[in-house]
Amino acid sequence: MSLGITLVSHVSDIAEGLPKLLKQVAKDVPITTAGGTNDGDIGTSMEKIMTAFSENDADEILAFYDLGSAKMNLEMAMEMSDKKVHLYNAAFIEGAYTAASLIQAGVSLDDIEKQLKPLIVKE
Amino acid sequence: MTLTVDTLTTWMNKFGEKVSENKQHLSDLDTPIGDGDHGFNMDRGMKAVNEKLAASKPQDVTAGLKTIAMALISTVGGASGPLYGTAFLEMAKKSSSTDDLSELLEAALAGIKMRGGAKPGDKTLVDVWEVLVPEVKNGSLDKDKIKKAVESTKDMVAKKGRASYLGERSKGHIDPGSESSGYLFETMLETEGLL
Repeated sequence: MSLGITLVSHVSDIAEGLPKLLKQVAKDVPITTAGGTNDGDIGTSMEKIMTAFSENDADEILAFYDLGSAKMNLEMAMEMSDKKVHLYNAAFIEGAYTAASLIQAGVSLDDIEKQLKPLIVKE
Repeated sequence: MTLTVDTLTTWMNKFGEKVSENKQHLSDLDTPIGDGDHGFNMDRGMKAVNEKLAASKPQDVTAGLKTIAMALISTVGGASGPLYGTAFLEMAKKSSSTDDLSELLEAALAGIKMRGGAKPGDKTLVDVWEVLVPEVKNGSLDKDKIKKAVESTKDMVAKKGRASYLGERSKGHIDPGSESSGYLFETMLETEGLL
């Protein structure tokens, strides 16, 4: 079972920028992103999130998002996707960074989730 | 209170017109307590909905509701996309067993609550739906009740959505999603044969 990361942000620059930081500690971890709406405006897109899930080479995905409505689109995409996706209400950058570095180090999902717990900042 | 393809289409046309006429107003409501785009987002979504409905007449109510849901989900962008989209998707699912509008709206409200996690009093569209869906069921929906439900959000402190970041400062503003939901219920009244 391999683990990957999907990042969802309202802003495409944020979604595309964050992997640069994560790749420093997680060069082998599959990371896919969904930023902005279908028109490239500020917002999120369920379709882009579905694509980010399917383009991710990992069997299981850990998903991180920035603000509220990104979560709603993420949840809808999860309901429609065949892939196993875990959604975390963690601080976007800190959560994704923690997960990326731990996946790279071969840590189990259980232990990753333990380390994400103190980073949960959203409902 | 039977929803048909024709009443659904008329309802959506009227809702789209009302959103379009008021898109600036909706976005203005969204400016002090949100990201200022609710009216433009809803207008883009409803234009897509009505283009789809006009391009090919849905074969039944379920297909029509599903078309509306998917158009909203893929074009709205903000929180209202998944919320209104889920509402129509849940109506579509429910419509396989009933065509009673109030039962469909009950399913829609349950979907909105599930998707957004908002409770009554959180200053969201739930505050309008929660009050008005029973009025539809009792056959007692009217303009005053709609207005009252929408205005009830003014003095609430937002617990969900962008406005929640403002905390107490969100008081004194009507919730934009409640205002657009008010239009959805007003246009039910204006659609002949729907209620």
